[in-house]
Amino acid sequence: MKPFYKKFSEKFIEGLLMLSGTVTSLAVVLIVFFLFKEGVSVFNQEAVEEGYVVAVNKKNSADHISSEDLKNIYDQKITHWTPINGKPDSIVLFRLEDISNFYSDEQIGENFEGLPTCLSSVVDSLPDIIAFFPERYLAKNFKGKVLQVDKIKMSEFFGGKEWFPTAQPSAQLGVMPLILGTLWVSLGAILLALPLGLAAAVYMSEIANEKVRRVMKPLIELLAGIPSVVYGFFGLVIIVPLIQKTFQLPVGETGLAGSIILGIMALPTIITISEDAMRNTPRAMKEASLALGASKWQTIYKVVVPYSISGITAGAILGIGRAIGETMAVLMVTGNAAVIPHSILQPVRTIPATIAAELGEAPAGGLHYKALFALGCILFLITLFINLTVEFITGRNKHQKH
Amino acid sequence: MQLPDEHKLASSKKRKQAIAFWIFRIFSYAIIAILFSILSFITYKGFSAISWGFITQMPEEGMTKGGIFPAIIGTLYLVCGSMLFAFPIGVLAAIYMNEYVKDGIIKKIIKQMTNNLAGIPSIVFGLFGMSLFVNKLGFGDSIIAGSLTLGLLALPVVIRTTEEALKAVDDTFRQASLGLGASKWQTTSKVVIPIAFPNIITGLILSIGRVSGETAPILFTVAAYFLPKLPTSIFDQVMALPYHLYVISTSGTNIEESRPVAYGTALVLILIVLFANLLANALRKYFGKKVKMN
Repeated sequence: MKPFYKKFSEKFIEGLLMLSGTVTSLAVVLIVFFLFKEGVSVFNQEAVEEGYVVAVNKKNSADHISSEDLKNIYDQKITHWTPINGKPDSIVLFRLEDISNFYSDEQIGENFEGLPTCLSSVVDSLPDIIAFFPERYLAKNFKGKVLQVDKIKMSEFFGGKEWFPTAQPSAQLGVMPLILGTLWVSLGAILLALPLGLAAAVYMSEIANEKVRRVMKPLIELLAGIPSVVYGFFGLVIIVPLIQKTFQLPVGETGLAGSIILGIMALPTIITISEDAMRNTPRAMKEASLALGASKWQTIYKVVVPYSISGITAGAILGIGRAIGETMAVLMVTGNAAVIPHSILQPVRTIPATIAAELGEAPAGGLHYKALFALGCILFLITLFINLTVEFITGRNKHQKH
Repeated sequence: MQLPDEHKLASSKKRKQAIAFWIFRIFSYAIIAILFSILSFITYKGFSAISWGFITQMPEEGMTKGGIFPAIIGTLYLVCGSMLFAFPIGVLAAIYMNEYVKDGIIKKIIKQMTNNLAGIPSIVFGLFGMSLFVNKLGFGDSIIAGSLTLGLLALPVVIRTTEEALKAVDDTFRQASLGLGASKWQTTSKVVIPIAFPNIITGLILSIGRVSGETAPILFTVAAYFLPKLPTSIFDQVMALPYHLYVISTSGTNIEESRPVAYGTALVLILIVLFANLLANALRKYFGKKVKMN
């Protein structure tokens, strides 16, 4: 009986262990599933907020309109029907509040019970009208024509230069400024962090004695352990005012502030990984170089650095990855203006900061909500690409060594 | 052809080396200086804000006065909740990876997936936690939703540190145990884990430090802007230290007046991380010596 029991419990435990082993894989699959389910569905949506309609006169030959045209019409950048249906008549804009120009309060009614009829006849009476109003005021026998708004296109989403998801009547979901803002801030961060980080890695692995190294290593770890929100706070109270004063800016919340903070945050990653790589340089190689009469410094830049270059690259790329995914610190110091940046002294907005700032206000399941999940998908893919690149670089190096 | 003067060459070589080394040294010290300036600035400004009342009282007057007690308790709940989830699963997964599964496709897949999970930005965890735990499973903004989200984020950290701890156990211990007729699990539970235990605990402490400072994953899964009472069930919202620091320093009603509270909160956060790191290092050193003596 006993061996059977033992065998059974062994099997049971192994099953339990295996189950735990699959949790991370399951988590990744679930994350991908939920992220992309919500994110991809943004392309099945009309750009108009749910519950609203766009209507035109019956005689208007247009039956659908792109979200960009719709926005330009309401921004009065398009004032004639020419680009939409070919007729050169000028467009008559109509918003719900304009109804008071046509009908008195009594006709509309106290609880807007007359509103659908009023809207219907306004749209019917003006041949060049375009009207935007809530769907619940659409009369049953509406005399106009409800215009189909095009679904959001991939090209609009990825190529669009404007991010304004709460715009009325048509949400603008161009992620270009956000992607550029993210890359811009991260690039700045890595430019600041790489020279500092590499110098520290060389110093710790090749120059400093064991005692100094033993003090520095935990300090670098501590730098990695400080929460990002504390970095953000530090940036907000020290770096932002400093930048504002130095460059005489109206606001100090700029891409530069983000780059500085992210640079500091990327330092531990760069240092730890490239230091590890340098310490793995075979002693025989270094000694051979020294024996040939090379100085320690010559040995470092002719032997150690070339030997560990893949590790150094991996550290730099991972540092960029950290910077791209970082949320709180960036949210607090970059000013969050969703415009394509032209200088480092302008406010910028990154993808993670956008998600963090807007998700709380976006109603679940709506267009805005889905668009933010789509941003999450982009972020996920960027970081996945970065991690796979790093694995490829370090993996290839391992093969070479064996 | 005249050879260059040997002395000159040697001295220029030396000079170059001296300059390069000084640059490296200065850069390295600059990094340490940055660290200390952050730490000392927050300590200096936050020290005057911290008192017994600060850590035991409710926030008052639009969070410009009073304490941060509910935020401390909230963070405590979240840390415990996430570790209750991540620690057992992470340790078991690491045991499976290191002791049980053979080198092959399964091990490769699990390893790759764990790496992928570790590389996902924290805000994406927040999105996922919101769509699965808060909306799909209907937990709402709650301790359980936040804990699970944070737990997923901490899982790769726990797995990695545990794996390292297990790898450090010499194979002769395993062979001796198996040779005496012990089963695989007996070997693992009676020999391998006790030896690796200190390092596993070190990993646990470090992940607690990490989890207590995370903000992005709890933004939409649990964190409350202002909630001056303690939670009564795991389906309640709570305030949390990192989120509290974020709101009072950026979007509070009176940012200037709440600065002292913000400095105090930042100091408490830093102290938690500092304490976790020191404790982990001390444990490492203490047990490192002990193992060597045996």
